[in-house]
Amino acid sequence: MEQQRAVITVVGKDQVGIIAKVTTALADNQLNVLDISQTILQDFFTMMMIVDLSRAADLEKLQADLEKIEQDMQLQIDMQREDIFQSMHRI
Amino acid sequence: MNIAFTEIQETIRMVQMESLDVRTVTMGISLRDCIDADAEKMNEKVYQKIVGYAGELRETAEQVEKEYGIPIINKRIAITPAAELLGQASTDDAVMLAKTLDQAATDIGVDFIGGFSALVHKGTTRGDNVLLKSLAEALSETERVCASVSVATTATGINMDAVREMGEIIHDAAVRTQDQNGIANAKLVVFCNPVEDNPFMAGAFHGSGEGEAVINVGVSGPGVVLNALKKHPDADLGEVSEVIKRTVFKITRAGELMGRVVADRLELPFGIMDLSLAPTNAMNDSVAEILEEIGLERVGTHGTIAALALMNDAVKKGGAMASSYVGGLSGAFIPVSEDNGMIKGLEDGALSLNKLEAMTCVCSVGLDMIAVSGDATPASLSGLIADEMAIGMINKKTTAVRIIPVPGKNEGDLVEFGGLLGRAPVIGISPFNSDKMIARGGRIPAPLQSLIN
Repeated sequence: MEQQRAVITVVGKDQVGIIAKVTTALADNQLNVLDISQTILQDFFTMMMIVDLSRAADLEKLQADLEKIEQDMQLQIDMQREDIFQSMHRI
Repeated sequence: MNIAFTEIQETIRMVQMESLDVRTVTMGISLRDCIDADAEKMNEKVYQKIVGYAGELRETAEQVEKEYGIPIINKRIAITPAAELLGQASTDDAVMLAKTLDQAATDIGVDFIGGFSALVHKGTTRGDNVLLKSLAEALSETERVCASVSVATTATGINMDAVREMGEIIHDAAVRTQDQNGIANAKLVVFCNPVEDNPFMAGAFHGSGEGEAVINVGVSGPGVVLNALKKHPDADLGEVSEVIKRTVFKITRAGELMGRVVADRLELPFGIMDLSLAPTNAMNDSVAEILEEIGLERVGTHGTIAALALMNDAVKKGGAMASSYVGGLSGAFIPVSEDNGMIKGLEDGALSLNKLEAMTCVCSVGLDMIAVSGDATPASLSGLIADEMAIGMINKKTTAVRIIPVPGKNEGDLVEFGGLLGRAPVIGISPFNSDKMIARGGRIPAPLQSLIN
């Protein structure tokens, strides 16, 4: 099946279990992580993931799951289709 | 190709901090096959056709917003100029048609429906006449219907009889909606050189050269341009133009992608991308503030027109590189009530009606969302329209007048229109009348295209 790539960014105060919780939610929703990079910028945990959405059945549920993590852990999580970045930053 | 982390951050910052949005996804629908001598049948056909094509518009656009993380503020519809349907109708039928359009827009949840329009720049047909006679009533009894009337083009000159009638219609519509600050006129544009594929309201209509149905997109993004310029406080003006170009390129690419996805999902052709910088009353989402960032103490002072010309041209250049199909009005809008910087310029006395007129020589449209005192006579309104039409006719560009006389209000009062329409300080108009010129009527001949100094 053709890949449908999206970019997930997670920014927030560094704490135990951010990657664990986010990736658990992704696994629960059948999202495959293709690439992951993570750094600490001025005490802020900053992570970027490229994921494949093609097997995800229910995007609404995924978004609800991510929103819950956002609230529980005081993070900012964004998910956007990858082609928007390709369009804006590449010719 | 891999995307750098900084690029991803830049996109997210544009959306979350700098009000990057797609202002509108507008579906153009031809209604020419709905013409019927029986008014009721025609209304039924119109309603069914609009709901049939655009029933899924809102839902589809909202889904695309979610997936791409960039808001689409308005979902709109543009139709065949309604006067083309009204050749056999009465004024009451025309008002009924407007109500049908309003109902269709409400039922499918789109924000505006444009195209209650007539093109009378050379002459008036029976259908045009019916539409004009019904216009004031139609606009005051509907919420989402937008109207436009073309009274001039470079190729045909100015139809001054129509200009006179528009002054009367605007005056009448203001009186009919005096309880709501004359809001009817916020939905009415008088055009010179209108375009057939404009996605922006109130002037959108689906021109006769267009296909059955089409998706056109209007981007926005003054906030993004403003923030980009703030990072270059000492750049010379050539570099300022470069920064604007680069930024607009990115905004346009985002808008075009989203427009194409919406069109694709609705199985309609993608028409054009309109590159206009359209301000809103959100903090820092202002065209005037871009001009001030370029180096004006307050918009309206000396240098304003040069700065606006530079910005407008840079927007077009950046956008034209980014999209294969550029159309609509493409440039910078300078609506007063929708731009906090313009409001402040007027309140501080830096900006005036005269300066606004001059600015329309170099911006993308014209006198937009300007509140004037309620005692303006129909002839004075017509005179003001005629001036703006002359600017467009001679400069071979689109100009428009969307002017709102506010009954009972005087110069300096502030009126609220609500929502995207914003609020505006009332401007006084000239105490000297133009009655005789307007009463003369007739047509101002088309200008020479050579000997153009």
